Amino acid sequence: MREVYLDYSATTPVKEEVVREMIPYYTEVYGNPSSLYAPGLRAKEGLTNARQQVADLIGANPAEVFFTSCGTEADNWVLEGIADQLKDKGNHIITTKIEHHAIIHTCMYLQKYHGMEITYLDVDEEGFVSPEDLENAITDKTILISIMMVNNEIGTLEPIKELAAVAKKHGVLFHTDAVQAAGNVPIDVKDLGVDFLSMSAHKIYGPKGIGALYKRKGIMMPSFIHGGAQENRKRAGTENTAGIVGFGKAAELARVNLDSHIAHSRELRQYLWDQIQAKIDLVRLNGPKDFDKRHPANLNVSFNYIEGESILLLLDAAGISVSTGSACSSGSLDISHVLAAIQVPMEIINGTVRFTVGDFTTKEDIDYTVDALAKVVDTLRKLSPVTGKEGW
Amino acid sequence: MALYNDTVMDHFLNPHNVGEIEDPSGKGIYGSPVCGDMMMVTIDVDENDVITDAKFKTYGCGSAIASSSMATDMIIGMTVEEALTVSNKKIVEELGGLPAIKIHCSVLAEHAIKNAIWDYAEKNGKHYAGLEGYNPTEDSEEDDHHDIPAAE
Repeated sequence: MREVYLDYSATTPVKEEVVREMIPYYTEVYGNPSSLYAPGLRAKEGLTNARQQVADLIGANPAEVFFTSCGTEADNWVLEGIADQLKDKGNHIITTKIEHHAIIHTCMYLQKYHGMEITYLDVDEEGFVSPEDLENAITDKTILISIMMVNNEIGTLEPIKELAAVAKKHGVLFHTDAVQAAGNVPIDVKDLGVDFLSMSAHKIYGPKGIGALYKRKGIMMPSFIHGGAQENRKRAGTENTAGIVGFGKAAELARVNLDSHIAHSRELRQYLWDQIQAKIDLVRLNGPKDFDKRHPANLNVSFNYIEGESILLLLDAAGISVSTGSACSSGSLDISHVLAAIQVPMEIINGTVRFTVGDFTTKEDIDYTVDALAKVVDTLRKLSPVTGKEGW
Repeated sequence: MALYNDTVMDHFLNPHNVGEIEDPSGKGIYGSPVCGDMMMVTIDVDENDVITDAKFKTYGCGSAIASSSMATDMIIGMTVEEALTVSNKKIVEELGGLPAIKIHCSVLAEHAIKNAIWDYAEKNGKHYAGLEGYNPTEDSEEDDHHDIPAAE
């Protein structure tokens, strides 16, 4: 059976070139990078090189890049670190209703255990945050603003440069979660004017278990893990050397291939959307209608009268991997907070599927997917008691 | 390692008793697309009070559809009184189990069937012990099978 993977925003396969760079760091260059003899120094050299490669992807200085275990850790670190560092200045953090749970759940923790006050900004029906709303939310107690660069569900590209400028005007630190953005949109931290930026290797064809935090030079923040001199004493623990080297290579490939990656993704995403519209009726696009303001590979579509988990399972039976915003998707009964925030009606949210194409997706994959999808939607609609005649 | 066991997947991928009976003896609906699942059941009942046919249409996840298929299989051939004892627990047992978070999906089928029987009883002036004090037109919210947490 053909297998079609259309969930590149969940994770990506590790590219061969990346794996090839990593393997020696398990077998030959196994020294502890903190050791002072030659094998240790060779391992350290791998870290130094990778730090440069990651810094280059986002226009940073290597000294501003701190490796973490994942993007979520980077998000946790900034929020908890600044809440501690600036506790005498204020206790107010501003974020949005459409952040990843790595941000939202950390904010809820800080609210519950550290007396922080959190403002969750509304977004418009395409998921955009308004710089004006941000400015109105800032108080003299605001110590940090955290707004994602690209939304993981609906692909909205937030106006980070404008938002960061508002923060700067009021002397408030600005963090952006760029886990979905890195490798998918050009990033220059200096041009954007952000103070912190989170990223993750496994979204850019690198390994799982490694992420990074960009922290602008000069900003004070407590260490996140204590117990050693690694990561400039900010994040102790023996480094995941092979993972870091893999992240570095993936970042280099992402930088070198950025234009072709974006062009390929956009072309296939457009083709997917055109084919869905041509072959399936009663569909709805969620997120920005203007594809220029959207993650190049993201398509979020609702199918009327049917439920997302069923669509996912039937597509899975046909070898196709996608994700859904349905409440009934496995693991939780929470509806997508992102789709709720952009005011998608509940019954439509439950019939939502996210497709993300990637470097290994082909036009044939899309043809196969849309054929299967048309059958799946038809099957489930025949099974559904909801027809639209009763009012939705 | 799949989300559902083979029996559940079989009923989901090839559901039995799909459709709607024309001029049924009874028709029941439970749930709504807003809640995430909804089931419509139509039944035919003969002069001996035996359910001779049952058909369903369901909007919902894999376990909602599999439960609907299994539950309708179970009640065909039962008397009405017997069918009223088909609880969600029995449906889950027949399916060989559901993930804990999906147990509520089997409640959907139990309620939709009960509503279809209630409809049949109302139309024919019948009384069943299993329907004592039950009126689906009055208490639609009281025993809501869902408890969707508020979005964060």
